[in-house]
Order: sequence, then C-alpha cells, then structure tokens
Amino acid sequence: MTNAERSHSSLPFKIQIEPRLDIPRWLPAAVSVGAVILGLIFGAFALRLAGEAHPFRAYASIAKVLFGSWGGVSDVLVQATPLILVGLACSVAFSMKLWNIGAEGQFFIGAFAASAIVLTPVLPAEAPGWIFIPVMMVAGLIGGALWGFLPGYLKAKFNVNEIITTLMMNYIAIEWNNFFIFGVWSEGGFQMSPRFPKTAWLPRLADYAREVPEFGGLTLHLGLIFGPIAAVIVWFILYRSKWGYEIRLAGDNPKAARYAGVNIARNTVLVMMLSGALAGLAGMAQIGGVVRRLQGAISPGYGFTGIIIAWLSKLNPLVVIVVSVFFGALLLAGREMGRSDISMLIQGIILFALIASEFLLRNRVRIVRV
Amino acid sequence: MNWTIILQAGIASGTVLLFATIGEVFAERSGILNLGLEGMMLIGAMSAFSVAVNYDNPWLGLLVAMITAGLLSLVHGYVCIHLQADQVVSGLSLTFLGTGLSLVFGEGLSKAGAVSLLPQLTIPLLSSIPFLGQVLFTNQSIMVYVGYLLAPAAWYYINRTRPGMHLRAVGEYPAAADTMGVNVYRTRYLYTFVGGVLAGLSGATISLAISPGWFSHMTTSGQGWIAVGLTIFAQWDPLRAAAGSYAFGALRRLILDLQAPTTLLFWNNPFYYNPYWGFFLKMIPYAFTIVVLVIGSREALRKRLGAPAALGLPYVRGERGV
Repeated sequence: MTNAERSHSSLPFKIQIEPRLDIPRWLPAAVSVGAVILGLIFGAFALRLAGEAHPFRAYASIAKVLFGSWGGVSDVLVQATPLILVGLACSVAFSMKLWNIGAEGQFFIGAFAASAIVLTPVLPAEAPGWIFIPVMMVAGLIGGALWGFLPGYLKAKFNVNEIITTLMMNYIAIEWNNFFIFGVWSEGGFQMSPRFPKTAWLPRLADYAREVPEFGGLTLHLGLIFGPIAAVIVWFILYRSKWGYEIRLAGDNPKAARYAGVNIARNTVLVMMLSGALAGLAGMAQIGGVVRRLQGAISPGYGFTGIIIAWLSKLNPLVVIVVSVFFGALLLAGREMGRSDISMLIQGIILFALIASEFLLRNRVRIVRV
Repeated sequence: MNWTIILQAGIASGTVLLFATIGEVFAERSGILNLGLEGMMLIGAMSAFSVAVNYDNPWLGLLVAMITAGLLSLVHGYVCIHLQADQVVSGLSLTFLGTGLSLVFGEGLSKAGAVSLLPQLTIPLLSSIPFLGQVLFTNQSIMVYVGYLLAPAAWYYINRTRPGMHLRAVGEYPAAADTMGVNVYRTRYLYTFVGGVLAGLSGATISLAISPGWFSHMTTSGQGWIAVGLTIFAQWDPLRAAAGSYAFGALRRLILDLQAPTTLLFWNNPFYYNPYWGFFLKMIPYAFTIVVLVIGSREALRKRLGAPAALGLPYVRGERGV
C-alpha cells in the first residue's frame, strides 16, 4: 500500500495505514493469541444462543475438567496425537503453497492400510507387537502417501487444481472405508470391523497400571511420540536441508525457484506424498491407539483442523505441537459438552480472525488527530 | 429404469449445482476466488428451511437464504479485498464458519415436520413436446425454470453488456479497469455478493425443493466443492457451467437408480445383490469431478485458455500487478 492513506474526513481523527518495514518479533504470536481469544468470545456467544447461561463459566469449568487431572490431560493429549501429525502434513504442503486439504482422506486411507495389515490378514494374529506396530506404521505411511500422490501427480502433470482433487479424494476415501466397514470386514452385520488382536494395539499407559499404579485409567498411547519425532524431522527437512530450501523457495517464488533449477513438478509430487504419509500415520495412530478396529467415526474432522493448526503455527513444525494440544482440548471440550458444532464454529472464527489480522502484520494502523 | 424420470430428476438436482457454479463464475470473473461455496450453501439451506418451518412461507425462506449467504460472502469479500488476505485460506475459513454457523443454528431442524415447499409447475404448451417436454417442463420445481433463465441471462450479461465488460476487465486487468474509471473494489464486492446470493439460492433449492429437509452437513454433501470444480471445467462460461451442472445432476440421479433393479443389462445387478457395492457408486460423482477437472485443465493448457488473469490476486492501487 505505497503512499496509500485511507481517511475518513468527517471524523475528528483519521485512520492512517502505512506498510510496516519490519515486523516486531512478538507481534505474530500476539496476533495468533488474539485470534484464538476472538474465536472463544464468538464461541461464547454461540453457547449463549444455544441456551448456556454462563458461557465463560462453562469454559472455565471445562478447562478445569480437561487440565485439572492427569486423566483429563491424558485425554487431551490423545486428541492432540493425530492433530500434531495432520498439522505437520498441512504445514509441509502449505510451505510449497500446495493446498492439500485432503489430510482427512489421507488419514482415512492410512487407517485403512494399517487395518488391512491386521484384517486381511497380512500378519498372523499371533505376531508379536514389535513386528505388528512397525508394519502397521509403514502401511499407514504408504497408504497416505499414495492418496497424496494422485493429486500431486495431476497438479504436476496437468496443472489440475489440487484443492478440489484432494477434497474429492476425501469423499472417495470415506466411501472406500465404508465398503470395507459395511461389507468385507463387517462384524456380524455391524458397521465396524472385528477388534484387532492385542498385539496390534499401540501400548497405553493404562496397560502398565500393574507396575505403576498412577497410570491406571490413562488412555495416553505410544502414538503420542510419533508427532514430536515427526515434527523434528519435518523441521529439519524444511529448515536445514537442501530439499526443504527448494520446497520453501518454490512456495515463496516459483519463478525464482525454476530459474534456480528446482524441479517443481518432482517436488510437487514428493511434497504431496510426504504430506499424505504424515496424515496416513495419524490415521494409523488413531486406529492402533484409540479405536483398535476400523469403523466409520474415527475422525471428527482432524484433517480440516490440521489446516487451522498449520496456519496458526505459521507452518513452524515445532509450534504445531503446542497448537495441537490447544485444539485437542477444544475438540474434546466440544465432545464433552455435546456441542462439536460450536467447536467447529470457533475453529472457523479463529482462522478468519487470523488471516484478517495478517493485515496488521503487514501494515501499521495509526489513529491521528486531524 | 425409466430414462425420462432419471433425466427429469437429474435436471432438478443439477439446478442446485447450476446456481452455485454460476455464482462462482461471477465472483471469479471479478478476480475473487471464493472457496466458501459449501459453507454458503449450507447457511442458505439451513436458513431457508428454518424460516420455512417457523413462518410457513418458503418464499420468505428463499429470500432470507439469499441474504444470509450474501452477507457471509461479504465477510470473505472484506478480508480479501480490503485486507488483501490470501483468498484460498479465507475461502476455506468461510467454509468452516458457514458450516459451524449452520450446524449451531440448525440444531433441532432435522426433526421438523412437514413444511410447505416451493411449488412445482408444468408449462402448458412446452410440456407436450415429446420426451423433452416430459423431461424439462413437466412437474419441475419453479427453481428449475429459474435455472433455465439464469444461465443464458448470465452469459448475455457477462459477454454482451457494459457492466459485464467492466466485470471482465476487473478480473483480467484491474489496473487498466481502474484507469478507465471502473471502481475495482466496488465491482469485486458486488460480484462476491452475487456469488454468495446465488450460493444461498442453491442451498435453499436443496432444502426447499429438490431434496427437502435439513440433514446437517449432509444436506450439501460436498456439492459446493463440486461446483468449484465445475467452474474450472466450465472455463468461467455460464453456458458450459449449465451443461456441466445438468450432466452432473443426471449422473447423481443415475447412481441412485442403479441400485434398484434386479437385473442390469441382462445380468444380475451386483449393486442390488451386494448392497455395500453401492459405496463404489457413491464415489463416482467425486471421481468424475476429478476426471472433469483433468479434461478442463488439459483443454486450458492446449487452447491457452485460462482463469481470469487477476484471479486470487488482491488489487492495490499504485502497486505493480498483473
């Protein structure tokens, strides 16, 4: 906005907008926190409309439930487990300005592929856990990567808009899973597969309650460590490797990247596959650690929440971990109160407030007397 | 299977896509990419049904749907036009916002009883044309006829009128349009709003005419996104948008009907005997959207056709743009 000033002449002051030359370090974080607060305020309005007399008191009491006991914290972290991975999946793709909004579908296919190892069965039910779990992880990664490959390939080869292809593949993934849940693997006509054998479960803290009594009832499972490990790897790829540099360059300035000899088509496919693989691993973690069978309702829209997490973290893989814990709490709070619609609304408002406030990052707004 | 009935119902279900797609054509022609169609359609469907339930007046519902979805699109407009935010992310958040709002306010609507719907009409003379009269002009919802009129009208407006030329100029080369005295911001707000209004109309067409009722987020079941895809396939042309929409509507309808008969082309119908094979049928519209996009994109590459040049780019006076 060079030299541009917008003024309202009839008022005793005017609002002057000028571009910022440098952004203070604290500002992006402050803006993100502001967006979250705004989202919660609007959520309170919605709760009020829905008949909750004291919405902020409801927030406080739900926060006490979620963070006031180890059981609550453990449940929040269980929600955060898939969110970290899908948040990373979105961050990787968005770094190259590839709008992968198909993390949801890649999550479902990852869950499907991991289930196929158990239910086909690829491995016999007696196989020990240390074989089962790595094989299921690899299956989840490959499943998700394949689901990311097609949109990436179509984008690279025919310049097909990846937003719509990834989104359409979400619906296809859900129907694909339904075919197996309702048909092939249906247990006695119910819309779910049989329960996995114990060896295919990701160990939970509660499993060790006999040795450590404090762990009794804690649902936290091994999948939680996938996220932070993946975050460090993704951070390293993006900010410390040549490939990551190419990805970010292609995202910021594709023309410059092309002149610098970056193979955009190849990177498009690879980044979409990496993104899909991370989301697929999230699906595997959810299946192995929480649901322990394949069924329809395995995700309350994790893949979509991942988009917001990535954006709120400014695509920084390490920040994704922290933000995911907050969104884990938000999703859980919505579920506990039976109002997942309101947590969805809050997510929408947070994202809107966030992108609207980017204007404040780029420009300085001053109120000056005339 | 009765082809007349399939096509008749296909035209009706295609009308939903038609409104949304033409609305998106208007918005994108002005340079504003609005990925929030799904959210706006849901808001439209919810508010139309809600008003129809509470005031027993479908016309009022239709009007309110157009207003609410239009207002929602203006949020996107402000964020993209004045605040120059990323249009992709803003559109996505519009989908979240619209979905969240309609789920919150639509709570309990799914249990609503019978509601008076938009009327169905048979056009006296035209309906007696053999076959076509039966498909196009017999017992169709009034919205279907609105659709017949809208597509050519939109084409004429965009390609043959002065405001239509301004619209195209703003989407192709906003700096030049600005120099010529066209108010770029106002034009973009206007057509973003038009896109929202038509998305609301599309949502209301679902909940008050084509498949009446409120089924929370399943009311639209991804049709907003299919419409975004159709816009690209249509190369931003309302007539191609209409053709694509009706073809999709017929396809959706055909898929429903494929599961009913016991024999299909002289063989036992697998979709009848193994009902869960029907899930593959349900994938078809989504898979077909991808196919259609590939065709559209290849054609665009070959003929060097393309999106409006300034699509997705904010306009700032005095800065170098496209």
